[in-house]
Amino acid sequence: MTAKRSVTVTVNGETRTGEAEPRMLLSDFLRDTLGLTGTHVGCEHGICGACTVHVDGEAARSCLMLAVQADGAEIETVEGLADGETLHRLQQLFSKHRALQCGFCTPGMLMTALDLVRHRPNLTEAEIRSGMAAVLCRCTGYEGIVHAVAEYASGGER
Amino acid sequence: MTAASPAGYIGRSVPRREDRRLLLGQGSYVADLVLPGMVHAAFARSQLAHARIVSVDFARALAEPGAVFALGGAELAREMPPIGGMQVTAPKGWAERVDHRITLPPQNLMASDRVRYVGEAFAVVCADSRYAAEDAVEAIDAGFEPLPAVVDPEAASAPDAAVIHPDLGTNAVAELHVEKGDVAAAMASAPHRIRRRIRHHRYAAMPLECRGVAAEYDRRTDSLTVWSSTQVVHWVRKELAFALGMAEEKIRVLAPDVGGGFGGKGHVYPEDLIIPWLARRIGRPVRWVEDRHEHILNAAHSRDNIHDAEIGFDDTGRILAFRDDFIVDSGAYSPVGAGVAYNTTAHLLGPYHIENFAGGTVVAITNKTPNAPYRGAGRPEAVQVTERLMDIVADTLGMEPADVRLRNMIGPERMPYDVGLPYRDGVPMTYDSGDYPASLRRAIDEIGGIEAFRERQEKARAEGRWLGLGLGCYTEGTGVGPFEGATVKVDASGKIVVSTGACPIGQGHETVFAQVTADAWNVPIEDVVVLLADTSTLTMGYGSIASRSTVTSSMAIGDASDKVKAKVLAVAAHLLEASEADLELRDGRVAVKGVPDMAVSLREIAAAAAPGWLSRRPEGSEAGLEATSYYEPPTVTWAYASNAAIVEIEPDTGRVRIERYVEVHDAGRLVNPGLADGQVKGGLVQGLGGALYESIEYDEAGQLLTGSFADYLLPTAAETPPIEVVHMETPTPLNPLGVKGLGEGGAIAPPVVIANAVTDALKPFGVEFNTLPIRWQDVRAAFDS
Repeated sequence: MTAKRSVTVTVNGETRTGEAEPRMLLSDFLRDTLGLTGTHVGCEHGICGACTVHVDGEAARSCLMLAVQADGAEIETVEGLADGETLHRLQQLFSKHRALQCGFCTPGMLMTALDLVRHRPNLTEAEIRSGMAAVLCRCTGYEGIVHAVAEYASGGER
Repeated sequence: MTAASPAGYIGRSVPRREDRRLLLGQGSYVADLVLPGMVHAAFARSQLAHARIVSVDFARALAEPGAVFALGGAELAREMPPIGGMQVTAPKGWAERVDHRITLPPQNLMASDRVRYVGEAFAVVCADSRYAAEDAVEAIDAGFEPLPAVVDPEAASAPDAAVIHPDLGTNAVAELHVEKGDVAAAMASAPHRIRRRIRHHRYAAMPLECRGVAAEYDRRTDSLTVWSSTQVVHWVRKELAFALGMAEEKIRVLAPDVGGGFGGKGHVYPEDLIIPWLARRIGRPVRWVEDRHEHILNAAHSRDNIHDAEIGFDDTGRILAFRDDFIVDSGAYSPVGAGVAYNTTAHLLGPYHIENFAGGTVVAITNKTPNAPYRGAGRPEAVQVTERLMDIVADTLGMEPADVRLRNMIGPERMPYDVGLPYRDGVPMTYDSGDYPASLRRAIDEIGGIEAFRERQEKARAEGRWLGLGLGCYTEGTGVGPFEGATVKVDASGKIVVSTGACPIGQGHETVFAQVTADAWNVPIEDVVVLLADTSTLTMGYGSIASRSTVTSSMAIGDASDKVKAKVLAVAAHLLEASEADLELRDGRVAVKGVPDMAVSLREIAAAAAPGWLSRRPEGSEAGLEATSYYEPPTVTWAYASNAAIVEIEPDTGRVRIERYVEVHDAGRLVNPGLADGQVKGGLVQGLGGALYESIEYDEAGQLLTGSFADYLLPTAAETPPIEVVHMETPTPLNPLGVKGLGEGGAIAPPVVIANAVTDALKPFGVEFNTLPIRWQDVRAAFDS
């Protein structure tokens, strides 16, 4: 254990400061220090993707980053997606297409999908499947997730 | 075929109640709980497969900053007994019919004198943070004296093997045998006989949320509150009450949102008892959250059988005799006894009429993680054996695999069909309903028919492309007992409040039971409150395992609702000065038939039924609108399915590409077709993972080789093919809703369906895929053979 350092991040538009040991993972900082438990931890070795958040506009696995590395960064988490009581369109489409069961991977799926769609216009189904392979889901068999992302990416009904 | 759909919620794909909180990131899993003054537990786990514990010293560990408490297994064993009552009992009807010898090893909560698998806990530390707890675990000084590791289950059963539980005198801790007809005679006289060794590998439930337990002890009331990521809150409470010497009512066990379970959270684990004990001992709340490496080491594994099967048949493909002797690699303990092993035997006959059958089982203890039920629970192993043999019979006779199956299938005219063996609930197995041949024909039609495929296959072979067709059929006992409970009440607000023992792990239980209740009461679904996975809301419950909740909880809810509705009608008749026979319950009101203005709301009825000065219930009637029922199913109801898949093999890499995968699935009437579809498809993809990617591997020293997601490969969206599911709906006559269970079904068939398809694709090379998983390198090697 080493001395804690002060870490300041902007999370979902709000400036937040907390103390973190240099070894503290960003995922633990978000969850335990800032109380944002919507970001889930499924493997802590960068494979499952449940902990995916956006750091300075890019999808990142928060279990593979240290909190001190995020000092000064802008972070978006699942808690920032909805507009008040109104679900984000992608969240609505996840419900419509039954893209979640237990909900544990869902925050990582949502944040990954938003990143994918932002960076890759005109996604094909194969590209969606390849892009969403960054996050593991054990419940759904992926079909609903692929359909939800496809409809979101197309901007229309599907 | 389709059940009549009444005007109600049952049969409609009602949107899930669960979705909103989970999408918003407002779900609450065990790892999200923060309790005032909470400390964090971490376990020290064995790095050796088999060793005597020589010493455990906590001096350095307790000197670590933030360390609060440390305890070894030997000390804990003096405080708490081994997990009791874990072994599934043998019902009378089963024990009388199945030859059995079962002497299962008790499991201390932590290893006290020897460790028996890599990952077995031998000490626990509590500290102010998880980081500090892990530092302290690192600082434990422990000495071990290695013992020979027993890794191979066949060698484990040999007389000269090192005995892992010396008190038992053997590693073969259970032997079962069941028979019907005269197998020896029928086999001897069969025109054809084949024998094969068929192996089902070890893999696991692997929910995305690992396990976790948090507990808080209230000294003032001497009571405990426990949050566990479990499928069986009432079972956890029962074991806790026994282990801690407390009354059950002093312990509340809840499962908050649970991030998947699939059977892997379906029994009581040592941590379920250790964490609450620590909370009471330390006097502070304690939370333990398993990490992924720990989960792969320590949460139950599953499958892992070696079968030696023999089948006798005639020239037409009729099966005359079937014998299967198999070994289950149980790992170091057997947390739910021999139930899964017998479940394999009970599902070997599948949808086929086979008069002469014998099944023999040895459960072998080895130095591996314990083996316990995972989605399918013994059935995938059985179906792999039977369905591989069906293909081998077809190959031997030069027949189509579909024709051999249809030749032996039980037709709908034979329902109900007496299988001639007892189920594990002790009741003679009786297939209650369904049309197995129609299901197989439908699956074949869906993939375009056999003939068309064979033409394509032949053309492709001429072009150096390798296509294969795989089939797989199974039957599945669902909705098993012994019971499930439900309490139903109309509270002062007029809402229908339902609590039941089901513990959701993602299936959508809150939605499904709201549908069932809304229909039972003829009220808008918004007027139904569903309380689940909380022992404080129901005296006795069983939990969500074994594809049972939709059947058993729905029946208990229906029965308790009937009792409360009778009270509601009696009070309403009194208030309206009408005869009960003239009343009807609709939209949250009781009205006189034909006179809708003469009505009272459930809220008014609840007020009238309440005890006290203002009560207006009929004289002599009991106060309150509440009833509890315990549904004890007569036996299981049988779901079934037929699968068909087309694969193409890449010769250069050995990759198996799945072109089509169809399952025709019949789970009786579907309460929520959309959710049912999701259950089946999710299960199928787990089965495909087991077929092609997922495998838990040990080396010869008993070291786990697949301790991360980099080594244990779950299917991703990229590998997963589109899956097609057709639902047949043959209502069961065993319950008034006509529902069967469906949580496990999907996971059962894919391993053998893919094995059959790959074997078919590579038929010119004469290679049979009788061992799972099907690895690229093995497929590739077939081309060189």
